Parts: sequence; C-alpha cells; structure tokens
Amino acid sequence: MKFSNKTDSLPEDVALRVSHVSKDFKLPYEKTNSLKGVVFNTIRRQNGYTIQHVLKDISFEIKKGDFFGIVGKNGSGKSTLLKIISRIYSPNSGKVQVNGKLVPFIELGVGFNPELTGRENVYLNGAMLGFTREEIDDMYDDIVDFAELGDFMEQKLKNYSSGMQVRLAFSVAIKSQGDILVLDEVLAVGDEAFQKKCQDYFFEAKREKKTIILVTHSMSDVRKFCNKAMLIQDGVISKFGMPDDVASAYSDYFLEQQQKAVQKDNEAVRLEHGNGIRMVDVQVTTNGRSTQLLDINQNFTIKIVFECDRDIPRGVFAINLIDQQGRVALATSNKVNSDKDTFTKGRHEIVFEIENVLASGDYHVNIAAASGNDLLLKQSTVYQFQVRKAKLYDQSLTHPRISVKLI
Amino acid sequence: MKITEIFNKKNRLLLKAMVSTDFKLRYQESVLGYLWSVLKPLMLFAIMYVVFVRFMRFGADVPHFAVALLLGIILWNLFNETTTGGMLSIVGHGDLLRKIYFSKYVVVVASSMSALINFGFNFIVVIVFALINGVKPSWSNLLIVPIVFELYLLALGIAFFLSALYVNLRDLNPIWEVVTQAGFYATPIIYPISMISSKAGIYGPIFAKLDLLLNPMAQIVQDARHVLISPANPTLWEWESNFFIACWPVVFSLLIFLLGLRFFTVKSKYFAELV
Repeated sequence: MKFSNKTDSLPEDVALRVSHVSKDFKLPYEKTNSLKGVVFNTIRRQNGYTIQHVLKDISFEIKKGDFFGIVGKNGSGKSTLLKIISRIYSPNSGKVQVNGKLVPFIELGVGFNPELTGRENVYLNGAMLGFTREEIDDMYDDIVDFAELGDFMEQKLKNYSSGMQVRLAFSVAIKSQGDILVLDEVLAVGDEAFQKKCQDYFFEAKREKKTIILVTHSMSDVRKFCNKAMLIQDGVISKFGMPDDVASAYSDYFLEQQQKAVQKDNEAVRLEHGNGIRMVDVQVTTNGRSTQLLDINQNFTIKIVFECDRDIPRGVFAINLIDQQGRVALATSNKVNSDKDTFTKGRHEIVFEIENVLASGDYHVNIAAASGNDLLLKQSTVYQFQVRKAKLYDQSLTHPRISVKLI
Repeated sequence: MKITEIFNKKNRLLLKAMVSTDFKLRYQESVLGYLWSVLKPLMLFAIMYVVFVRFMRFGADVPHFAVALLLGIILWNLFNETTTGGMLSIVGHGDLLRKIYFSKYVVVVASSMSALINFGFNFIVVIVFALINGVKPSWSNLLIVPIVFELYLLALGIAFFLSALYVNLRDLNPIWEVVTQAGFYATPIIYPISMISSKAGIYGPIFAKLDLLLNPMAQIVQDARHVLISPANPTLWEWESNFFIACWPVVFSLLIFLLGLRFFTVKSKYFAELV
C-alpha cells in the first residue's frame, strides 16, 4: 500500500497531501458472495460487473491550521475521498501523505460495542485511534463533559439512545488530541442544544487553528467555518479555493440543474383557448431574452401573445404573479392604462414591463382574459421563474430601490 | 502492510484492548463465567472417555491414554477455536473496518489470543490430570512449547487465509465446520495412532505414516503426547529415518502460515469495501 506516515517527505506546515489519487469500484450486477453464485457465474462466464470511476486523479494539499470544507452532491466521490484520506480504503493509484495523527468521524460514528459500558467503549475506541491508556485518561473527562453523559458512562451502550451513542462517538472524535480531524456530515448530530455546542466548538477550533476536514452539504457551514474549500463533481475537483467561491459554485450548479428543469416545464405548458380567444405564447424576458432566473431588482417583462376570433369589447387581460406560498405577489392588467380597450379580431401582443421589487423565491404566472365582467378564459401556472437569492437582506419581503444618505 | 506492524506500540495496545474486551464479553451473562472454558472440554472429554475408552476399548495398549485423550481434545480445541474464530473475525468487525483504519492483522491475532488463553487454562487442567494419573514429569516435557508454537502458527495461518476468503465467500462457515469435523477424526485424538497401524490391514502402517506426514495436526498431537505423557506414543521422528522427510510436517505448517499470511496481506487492502 502506498501510504506514508513519514514526516520527512512533507514540509512542516503541510498537514495532508493527496497526490494523483484515483479510485475505481467494481460494481457487480448481482453481488455474489455465495458459492452458488460464484459457481454459476463461472459456468455462465459472467463475471458481470461495471467499473465505476469514483475518483479521477485527485491532488490537493491541506496546510496545518486549515479548516477545510469538501462539498459535492451525493455520489460525487467525497465520502470515498474521505475514506481514502483516513486510510480506510486504499486508492488504485496515487498517494496520501499525512503529517501527524488523523482522527476520523465517518458514517455517523465510530463503531461501538453495545455490550460494553460507555467508559470501556471510550477506551477501546481510543486504542483503535492509536492513543495510549494514559493519553485517554487525560482526555476522558473532556469527552464525557462534552457528550454530557456523565451519569451514563458506567451503563452498557445498548442502553443508550441512538442520539446518546452518536454524541459520545462525536465527542471522542473531537476531544481526542489528534492532529487532523476528519468529519463527515456531522452537523446533524444530536438535539438542538448539542448542535449549538458543536457549532461553538467549530468556531473555537477555527480560532485555535486546528486542522479539520469537513464534508458537508450545508453551504452556510462552509461559509461560516471553513477558510478553504473544494467542490468535487463526478470524481474531479471542479473548484478549489475560498469557501465563498466554492459554495457559490455549488449553489450555482444546483440552480443550473433546477433552471433546466423549470425551462423544460415552461416549454411543456399547453396554452388553452375558448370563448373566442386563444393564448399563443407567454414569456418572461429580460433584455429581450426569455429567462427563468432573475436577480434581485433585475427588471423584467412579461409578454403574452394571443389571438381573438372576434372583436372583444371592453377587453381585459390580467396577470397574477403567485409566490411559493400561494400568495399573490403582484396583480395587474391592461386596465392600468385604460378600461375602454377593444381587442379587435386578430393577433395581439400585450407587454407588461415590471419594476422588480420581488423577494427572492419561486414565482409562477397566472393569466386571465375577460370582456367587461365576463370571464372568457383563465389559466394558471403558464410560466415559472425564480428570483435569485441576494447575499444580503434575505428576509426582506420586497426590494424597492432605496438610496441612503448619511449626513 | 506487514505482519511486523502488530508489534509496534499502537498495535500492541490495541491487541491488548481487543483481547481483554473479548475476554470480558465471552462469558459475561453466564453464572459460571470463565469456568466454562475449562468445563466444556472436560465434559466433552468425559463423554469421549466413556464412549471410546471404556466401551470401545480404544487405546487400551497405550499407557495413560485417558490423559492423551484429554490432551488431544484441548490441542484440537485450540486449532478449532483459532481457525473458526479467526475466520469470522474480519467480517465480525466489518462495521468498524468501514469507519476507522486500524491494523487488520490485530483483529485475527486478537481472536487467536483468546483461543490461546483458553488453551492455557485447559493446559493446567491437563497437567493436574496427568500428575494424578501417575505421569512422571521430566525435562523433555518442555518440548511441548515449540510443539504448541507450531500448532499456533499453523492455526493462525489457516485463520488468516479463511478470514480473508470469508469476506467474499460466506459459504465458508458451514464448509469449514464440516472440514474440521473430518479433521478431528483424521487426527489421532480419540484413538491412538497405533490403532491405524494395527487395524487397517496390511497397509495399516503406511496409512499411519501418511497421516503423520500429511496431516500436521496428527504430527503435532502425537509429538505432544510423546514428549508430555509417554514415549510409548510413536512419532514420525521415530518412524522415518530420513531427517528431511521427518521435518516435512513442520515445514508444511510453516508454509501454510506464510501462505495464509500472504493471502491475507494481499486481500486486506480491500476489506473495508467488501465486508
């Protein structure tokens, strides 16, 4: 196994170096770990498996004192990478060098033995992580304090609730005096009070310049705690650097996927006709181009094309913008300008130019046409779009243009 | 990864922790506790003694055969516990292997240590039993140490091999159960080796010699009886004039150990993905 613990090959300030690591998994079509399966597959000459390239030539370096975030969607390979860093898996090629003792907290906890007491488990776990009895003695009180399990340490682990078990495991991981802490999806551990405690611990760890590698789906955690981060997509590092940039890249990627889905939905809408009026086209546009995604305060235009089979006196064409809670965010119609319009026979285009004061979120457009008070045609959700989150003032319900003067 | 890693400080501590855990848990809920590790082979011995020695008159021509029977049983127990326990040990620790890196050798060695400790208790009983039975102690009794060491290496090698294979092939458990059962009868435990020579017709002596040559456990049990109980228990060393052929069972055991270890080392890289 190409795995080195030698510090001489790493500069003093580097905690971890991953060089050209690749990992493949053989995925059998049908898992055979029985004799029958092996015999049958050999007879049929079917060693059926596909090779999945989970990590492709990954290289990066983590400095001592880094709080390093790894993000990526499910199945992108980040957990596999974490297991390779922690030496649990061995890479097909490439090398991982570690400077110091590495303590992993993976797959929600380190395996505990249910028949042992909490205390015995802590000592057994410590031995597995490579600590001596004396070292564990020194950190034992800290661990118990942090886990808030002082009264339970002499109880067998099988009598613990699952939350208590995870709390203990997590406390062992973070309170053990390792040099590098590797955490996988941990911030959902325990109840609210314990989560708050973990958060405090992370802030403290960041201040104290502990070396921590954190895998998470929460971009706000990445922004809050990390000083460096990377995004893994399909087994390669697609972004490496400042947590803000990485988190944005990750969010953008999701937004893009979402947008594609929304665009598809919008194209699939079948517009209706009836009572002598036919909807032809609905578009939300900015700068003449149709869009599903608006920035805060980015003005937009809703353009609707319709055809009348006959003259429609006192024609009314109304639109509603509905937000994701089903509230009417905006309602307007051509009566804003005049209430004596007649929709003549033939094709019309109605254009609403709208100053965007909408809050961030998802919206859809409902349309209706009437002649005076007689409703002719209405259709809901003819177009969907989203107003993108702003960095600041997320809670604000409206975003009118404001100028502030300090005198 | 090298086997020598089990001797570094970290792994020595881990080994100690795992063995003491195992020891603690084994008879945790039972009333008689550790006493069972001695009682079980004794009871087994009592049954076999009544059936084979009393009724069927096995080993009537061998002095102290009852002691020889008990010694055979506990030697076989050591072999059986080490191989079976070792086989199950890696898969049994699968949950841990997926979460944390530690030496895989330690897992198998720890399970073998438990068997070895058990053997230690039982061995004391054998000594007491032998003295009561009128076996005369002598310095040559100490030769039992290298013989047990040979047995331990043989069993550990097989345990390494089986534990790695068991990760991929879960049918191994019942298969191995049958194999050990066959091995028990192929080894002179309930009968003296002289019985093969005398009762198996004209080829009897050849069969007996082949058993000692090809079944390391037969050689080990016979040697142990020879040095510990009575020189009336013949060994391959006496039967085979060629020194190198006589050495074969020991070489064979060592070879099994090295091959098992090699197989384990190669396979252990991927345990975490497969268990």
